[in-house]
Amino acid sequence: MTAELGQLALIFALLMAVVQAFFPLAGAALRLPAWVAVARPAARAQALFLAVSFYCLVQSFVVNDFSVRYVAEHSNSALPLFYRIAAAWGAHEGSVLLWALILGLWTAAVSLFNRGLSEIFTARVLGILGLVSVGILAFILFTSNPFERLLPVPPDGNDLNPLLQDFGLAVHPPMLYMGYVGMAVPFAFAIAALMSGTLDIAWARWSRPWTLVAWSFLTLGITLGSWWAYYELGWGGWWFWDPVENASFMPWLMATALIHSLAVTEKRGAFKAWTVLLAIFAFSLSLLGMFLVRSGVLVSVHAFANDPERGLFILVFLGLVIGASLLLYALRAPAVRDHARFHWFSREALLLVNNVLLVVAAASVLLGTLYPLVLDALGLGKISVGPPYFGSVFAPVTAPLFLLAGIGPLVAWRRDNPARLWRQVRWLVPVSLSAAVVVAAFWFRIGDLVTLAFLATAFWLGATAFLPWWQRLRRREGWRGLRQPAGFYGMTLAHFGLAVFLVGVGVSNHYSVERTVRLAPGDSAELGGYRFLFQGVRAFDGPNYGADEGTFEVYRDGERVAVLHPQKRFYRVQRNVMTEAAIDPGLRRDLYVALGEPLEGDAWSVRLYVKPAVRWIWLGGLLMMAGGLLAAADRRYRTARATAAAPASVNATA
Amino acid sequence: MKRLMLLLALTLALPASAGIEVRQFPNPELETRYQHLIEQLRCLVCQNQSLADSNADLAEDLRDEVYTMLLAGRSDTEIVDFLVQRYGDFVLYKPPVKKTTWLLWFGPFAALGLGGILLWRIGRKRRPEPPPPLSDAERRRLEKLLQDHGSDDA
Amino acid sequence: MLKYLLPLGLFAALLILLGVGLTLNPREVPSPLVGRPAPTFTLPRLDDPETPFDSAERLRGRVSLFNVWASWCVACRQEHPFLMQLARQGVTIYGLDYKDTREAGLQWLERLGNPYRAVAFDAAGKVAIDWGVYGVPETFVIDKQGVIRYKHIGPITPKDWEEKLGPLVAYLEKQP
Repeated sequence: MTAELGQLALIFALLMAVVQAFFPLAGAALRLPAWVAVARPAARAQALFLAVSFYCLVQSFVVNDFSVRYVAEHSNSALPLFYRIAAAWGAHEGSVLLWALILGLWTAAVSLFNRGLSEIFTARVLGILGLVSVGILAFILFTSNPFERLLPVPPDGNDLNPLLQDFGLAVHPPMLYMGYVGMAVPFAFAIAALMSGTLDIAWARWSRPWTLVAWSFLTLGITLGSWWAYYELGWGGWWFWDPVENASFMPWLMATALIHSLAVTEKRGAFKAWTVLLAIFAFSLSLLGMFLVRSGVLVSVHAFANDPERGLFILVFLGLVIGASLLLYALRAPAVRDHARFHWFSREALLLVNNVLLVVAAASVLLGTLYPLVLDALGLGKISVGPPYFGSVFAPVTAPLFLLAGIGPLVAWRRDNPARLWRQVRWLVPVSLSAAVVVAAFWFRIGDLVTLAFLATAFWLGATAFLPWWQRLRRREGWRGLRQPAGFYGMTLAHFGLAVFLVGVGVSNHYSVERTVRLAPGDSAELGGYRFLFQGVRAFDGPNYGADEGTFEVYRDGERVAVLHPQKRFYRVQRNVMTEAAIDPGLRRDLYVALGEPLEGDAWSVRLYVKPAVRWIWLGGLLMMAGGLLAAADRRYRTARATAAAPASVNATA
Repeated sequence: MKRLMLLLALTLALPASAGIEVRQFPNPELETRYQHLIEQLRCLVCQNQSLADSNADLAEDLRDEVYTMLLAGRSDTEIVDFLVQRYGDFVLYKPPVKKTTWLLWFGPFAALGLGGILLWRIGRKRRPEPPPPLSDAERRRLEKLLQDHGSDDA
Repeated sequence: MLKYLLPLGLFAALLILLGVGLTLNPREVPSPLVGRPAPTFTLPRLDDPETPFDSAERLRGRVSLFNVWASWCVACRQEHPFLMQLARQGVTIYGLDYKDTREAGLQWLERLGNPYRAVAFDAAGKVAIDWGVYGVPETFVIDKQGVIRYKHIGPITPKDWEEKLGPLVAYLEKQP
């Protein structure tokens, strides 16, 4: 019954989405206030039905209802409750339902937090979100229904893929989707603005906090994914330039460009048409990502169902949504007037450089990801484009960003003097370089030039990120200097987070060491200044697996610093063998031990890693996320709505 | 299609089981080369993994080949060519630079160049006219404002 | 106006690319050996370890299929009856038993029938690597000069034979 209820709720959600799409958009065009007023209640009703539907799906998992095909395929009675719940979004059908649910939640949020926007404009935004919902819900109901029954009912389920039986599954997809799907909101704002012709500063000011929140979630989602892959999959790797990873990274790059472009549009009324285009691109890349992940067009470790039929549906959906948006853009954008003028050395110019670099970076990732498909489609052979390519191309393209990110806030709007800036920052050049050399010399070894460049750039970025704050502190007296807008602190934190990330990447890439050795109980191996003592392996049983668990004592300078228990698990239902690496995390370094194969005697092949500063990578990501959320919380966005109400209501008739 | 899936499902070894072989190298340089090579080569039966990361049987066999050839004194190029002759360019994670991949390798930098030109043109088009000079009264007012509030924009 | 249509134009091209992509198989690896002489090898025969299977001698002078299989491969089982049928029709098929045990391979042939003129036993899989094999079953079509003309990945279905392999073999038979 629960499954039928869930399906019924889903159908109602689709109906609500249709209502939410049709009436407000038609009402806005035809000036029918009654129809326009349907938007908000329809949006909230849709979200409610989706919540009910999703609850029904989770409930089916919790009670082990194997008559539901999706549950039978991805769960098992021996699966712990925690994973049974998370399994709801562990495969294609459930994760798309999660996508729809999150879209519903974002839509409901827009319907709640929009004081200051005209009714017509809000109706259009909700209407456009409604159209997207209609597409997704139709996709679910017609091609990917999680509530399909399976008869005869199997006695037990197939179990969740052991790789997914992990905490990461509980957090990574929901956070990632919050970001991915959240890009629909600035997209809807942009389209609504194009429709009504109100492409103005108020629109930009309104879009910004929503974009920032979605961006922050996307940052968190990607960070969690990287961290999860590191300890679960990767033999110590944290990014593989896999198509599915790229599918989430491209929207992130575009969204980063968008939040910076919105800053210019909000402050100076410039780049309006460009900002709209970025908003369309960001969401397009989200949808494209959805296509790439679920259509089977590209091969990936992370891919869901590989089903060309579903792929076709998504492709058509993608084509309609983005095609219509870009057509609207082509028709309406030329009329947008943008008279802002600025000098080649100004904050606008620097932000424009930021945009160009980020867009080229995103385009490069797209090129690399799709290139094998291009050659195959043209019959020109089959190639692989992997990490070596992306590393060679991405780093040079984005390098200037790290150097300029801290500089931007120091440069004035409209026109500034390069000499003035140089005077402020020139002392940081030798300081950064020396700091890099000092850190390298004392903590590691003077590696190669690339490592030093990474470190120096990170120091530079970190220092320049704080320079504007330092300058403001000095200008105001005493503690008053600490009272800065949240947006300012958010920016500082986010840029600083980027520097932290850079340190993590540079140091862990160049100074990580690894060894594969044969160890018998009592043997030890030296690596990176640590001694790993193997104490043997014992067998034990988990809830749905049997395991061999090793014990390693790790010593440094004679003192024991960690005890690690890597496991080799055999999952009984799917009959997979999984390696659970043991990690001793630390800010300075990670110690990572994985069991290989049992050898003769009681010996095992073992892989050991010492990875310095690898945690800084995710720490940087978290700081960036925090910066984004802080910036979105800026009081000015909330009070500004009162003032925005005035010009916006003038535009209400537009 | 289903059959292909079946076939591939069979040739895919169980995940995370056999990837760790203990290999002896006469010198660390060979070990580095080995590590580098297996990271650059693709596991053909896997869902997008390098030879280093994969646990498939074929990946293990290919790692053995690489190891054997390294010990036999072959150069990196010879080893890579050996595999490309048998499996094609698909086995390389770093796509070769040939006519068909020029767009791939040079495209991003061409795009950067294009971006640069765009920036230059926008810079020219948007050049502001110099503002009219401030009168004395206006200048004093400006200084007073700056003193009281500082510049406050983010 | 034109520059505003550019994003739409680029997007349309992308859509077409992706649409075509849906019809392709990203996992299939084409063989660079097509059009080249078959790699030569000498392996023990499956049925008799003393007798060598000499590829230079076997895979020349006639049009033949070289089929890579294994007793642990389910898809090979699916194609096997059809191979038996082809053998009865007079098609020359040689086999390569890939990463198998001798007993398992022989038992399999005994149970299901033997369509092969001779089977080479590649326990370590090294010869298969020379042939660019990455999965089983795979089948190569070799002409009278010993040149590989086609590689079929996956089990051979009657449809595959009708559409691709059969006509190719017939054509090659007519060549000198």
